[in-house]
Order: sequence, then C-alpha cells, then structure tokens
Amino acid sequence: MSNISVNSLVKKFGAVTAVDGISFSVDPGEVFGFLGPNGAGKSTTISILCTLISPTSGEASVGGFDCVRDADAVRRSIGIIFQDPTLDNGLTAYENLLFHAYLYGMDRAAAKKRIEDALELVGLSARKNELVRKFSGGMKRRLEIARGILNYPRVLFMDEPTIGLDPQTRNMIWEFIRELKKNTGITVFMTTHYLEEAEFCDRIAIIDLGKIIASGTPLELKAGLQGDTLKLSATDPKGLEAEIREKFGMEPKITDGGITLTVKQGDEILPALIKGLSTSITAVSMTRPTLNDVFLSLTGKNIREENGDPYGPMRSYARKNHGGH
Amino acid sequence: MANLAHETKAIYVISYRELRKFIREKSRILGTMARPILWLFVVGGGMSRLVRPVGGVNYIQFIFPGMIGMTILFASIFSAISIVWDREFGFLKEILVAPISRLSVVVGKAMAGTSISMLQVLILLIFVPVLGIKINIPQFLLLFLSSGMLAFSLTCFGILVASRMSSYEGFNIIMNFLVMPMFFLSGAMYPVRLMPPFLREIAYANPLTYGVDGLKNILLAGASGTPMGPEYPAIVDFAVVSGFLVVTAVLANLSFRRAA
Repeated sequence: MSNISVNSLVKKFGAVTAVDGISFSVDPGEVFGFLGPNGAGKSTTISILCTLISPTSGEASVGGFDCVRDADAVRRSIGIIFQDPTLDNGLTAYENLLFHAYLYGMDRAAAKKRIEDALELVGLSARKNELVRKFSGGMKRRLEIARGILNYPRVLFMDEPTIGLDPQTRNMIWEFIRELKKNTGITVFMTTHYLEEAEFCDRIAIIDLGKIIASGTPLELKAGLQGDTLKLSATDPKGLEAEIREKFGMEPKITDGGITLTVKQGDEILPALIKGLSTSITAVSMTRPTLNDVFLSLTGKNIREENGDPYGPMRSYARKNHGGH
Repeated sequence: MANLAHETKAIYVISYRELRKFIREKSRILGTMARPILWLFVVGGGMSRLVRPVGGVNYIQFIFPGMIGMTILFASIFSAISIVWDREFGFLKEILVAPISRLSVVVGKAMAGTSISMLQVLILLIFVPVLGIKINIPQFLLLFLSSGMLAFSLTCFGILVASRMSSYEGFNIIMNFLVMPMFFLSGAMYPVRLMPPFLREIAYANPLTYGVDGLKNILLAGASGTPMGPEYPAIVDFAVVSGFLVVTAVLANLSFRRAA
C-alpha cells in the first residue's frame, strides 16, 4: 500500500489555482521529489499533506489516513522540515527538541533518550545547551532534521531542505537522508528546485503551474529525451562524418573541428565508435541530458535557480536582532 | 478525551516555553518591572503631595491595585501577541502541525500569559510592606486568585486580537488605541466615579475597571465608600471578570481556530 496517495487534488486561493488536479502516490521507503520552479504549487501540496491547509477538492492521504478527516492521525505519523526555519531562537537546541517531544506526547524519559540520539545523529550533541540564536544556517537545518525525525515518523516531509545552504552542508544533509532511508525505511517526500537534488530521488514528479507534467525515475525522465550528445574532434571532420555515415548508418553534424551525434545509450556507442573508426580522433566528449533539459523540453523554460523566499534575508536579520520574540 | 494526558503535556510545554524565555532574559524582567515601579514611586510619589489621604488611604496606596492591574494587562497582552511573532518567524507552524488540538494551543498560550503575569504580580507584592498596606494570608490568596482570573481573561483577549493581526506592525496601534486607553480608563490612576461623564461611560464598559476594583476590594477595603476605595461590591467585580473570562476564552478559541 502506498504511504502517500493523492487523487485529483485542487487548491484555489481566490482566483488563483495553486494546485490544479494532481494525482500521484509514493510507496513506503521511497524518496519522492517534487521538482518545479517557484510558485509551481510544491509548498501548497506539502501544506495540504501536512494538514496545515485543506484542499479545495480532491483527496490526499498520508500513512493511510485522510488528510482532512483524520488530520490528527496524519500529524502523528509525519515529520516536517519546513522551507523557512521554524525553530525558537530564544531556546537552546535541547529545549527546542524537548518542546517537540512533549507536543508529540512523549514522556520525559523517552524524550530525553530520543533527543540525545537525534542530536548525536546530526552532530550537535556538544552544543545542545546553546541558544539556537547562535547557530549557523547549516546547524539550524541539522537541528530541524533532528526534530523532524524525533517522533519516528513514517513519512518525512522536506520543503526545499537544502535551500540557501553551502554545498558542504548540502552534501551532509543528503548523506544523512540516504543513511536514514537505509536504516529506518522511512518514506521521504521533498520539494526542490535544485536539479542536482532531484537526481538523488528514487522518483520525481515535475510540477509546473500546479500540474504534474511528467513523473518517473530521474533516469526514465531523461531517457525520454533524444539521448546523449557525443562530440568527436578530428583533424578531418568531413572524413570522419563520411566514415560514421558509412559504417554506422548515423547522421552526424559537422561542427568546428569535429562532429556531434545525438544517440541513445551514448556510453555503449562511444567505445564501439572509437574501435571501429579508422579516421584519427583527437578528442571525445559525451553530455548526458539533465533534468533541466527534461524540464526545458516539457515547458520550454528553465527552472530558475533563485532564492525561494524574497523576505528570507530580511527575516533572518530581524531574527538576529529580536530573536527573543 | 483519551488524549487528555497528551494534551495536558502540550499545554504545559507551550506555557513552559514562554516562561523559560521570560526568566532567561533578565533585561526583559527588569524592563517589565521598571514600569509599575516608576508609576508607583515617581508618579504616585509626586501626586501624593497634591492628593490628601482619604479614608486612611494615600495616593500611592490608592494606585497600587491599579499598578497590579497594569502589570497584568501589559504582561498578558504582550505574551499573547507572541502568537504574531510565532507566525512571523515560522514557529507557529511547528505548533500547528503537532497532533494536538487548537484548544490546547490557546489554553497553553493563555496559561503562559497567566504565569508570566503572576510572576510579575508576585514581584510587585514585595512593595506591600513598604507602602504600608497590610494583607493577611486569606487576602493574599484572594489577590492571587483575582489576579490569575484577570490575567487569564486578558491573555485570551490578547489572543483574540493577535489572531486577527497579520503582522507585527499592528502592535503599536494595539498599544496606543487599545491597551493604553484600557489602562487609563480603568480607575487605576483616578476613581472612575470622579471622571467626566463621557469617559466614565467608557470606563464602565471596560472589563479592566472591574478587575482593578476587585483588587481594591481586597487591598483598600477600609476606604469603602470614599473616592479612594472600591466602587462596587466584590461580588459584582467577580461576576464581571468571570463573564469576561468566559467570553474571551470562547472567542479566543474561535478566532484562533479560524486564523490558524
């Protein structure tokens, strides 16, 4: 049975349709990614699945529980890492987690054990009694992840989990998610507009203007494109082109100092080409399609890599200065 | 309510969080305590040179119940407004996705405002001997109970207001057009019955008037019947504050549920 099941989900805000009849399902233990530009409807979908807002129509269930009728059961079985930080800067790391533990009904002894374990896991044990105000962005994210898994959720939601983080922290978080998946079999649902991040997912759905326009494994999606681009440089491009036409029956294009070919399974064809050609080749290169190419071919536009929250910097400024609430 | 233990734990931790932060920030404690002390000794001290004692009560003694009322008013409203902060800084989401009822969130917030208010009231009571006011144990308990009721209802009132605020910018408007008038028109600084008729009507509609009058009934009972003493029987004050508490608690829940 699927852990997340969404059927013809629609969410309208006044005249704006943020989510426009999407359907998908996520199996237990899967890392499922929602890839799309800002404003595509990713966060709205997460908010519905997390029971923060109710859908205009359609159905959504998480862990077998309906997100509207059985919101409390859904809440008990999920962990969430929101796009913007949701920590209390005026509390210590430990207190933030203790707050969470009590909200989820744990008793003192169980809470203490789980908090120590979670802090250990994200490498914040040594700083558990420091105020979160003093933490860097990466540390705050790690603490939020520790908090997200504190109640042993069946499904972990992550809304743009690595937005605004340095590459090192980003890699650390990805390593962590992989470990978590391996050790606990947790289901992860995440949104992203980072293409590299989507590559980590078992399956992705590409969403634009509130609609899912493609879904599948990253490999499947990319295989749907024409294929890999091979570039062969040679001192005699014309001779090379003629030989490839003759021996392999392909249609290469002559470019500056060589030829380019678009083929499926470039990694298998390239060695065969090199072996079979007598014209001397000076350089070879192969480019695989990226998810951006997929997005580009489906929508005719690039996924913009920009800050998801225009007020982020302002808010973090305010946080630093009035963090005590 | 099979989850009663769970909900109680949530209420506890929501109020514990605010109390913890309040105690942690020494400057905030000093700041909040400076206000009533300034009023009491600077304004009260100056005014008591102009105003003759009546019924054995001097001006500083007269405004002391009002200072307790003011402390509760400011602490409660300020604590409730933290909901707006929580929303602005995302922390409210952490609370809203937790498997607890909205009722527990409101009760937790109300308990937070109440406990912070009560803590400040306790600090203020240190001045009782200095001011020459005598209270016995039953009076102290009554004072504690009335302050608690007033704090709970005012925090609920604050939650009601905060649920309707979309950003922190409205805070100054709330302070200047709601909180300050509530304070000045509550009989804290001058007897309501001596106010100009128009202001008097507003003061009669102000729930804080009855909260302060209730405190006067406990602390200044000896001056009953004089302008320095309480205006209403204690039972009337109790009834009005109780009614206010029930109404604000219900409305705070409805309005928070709609806003969240």
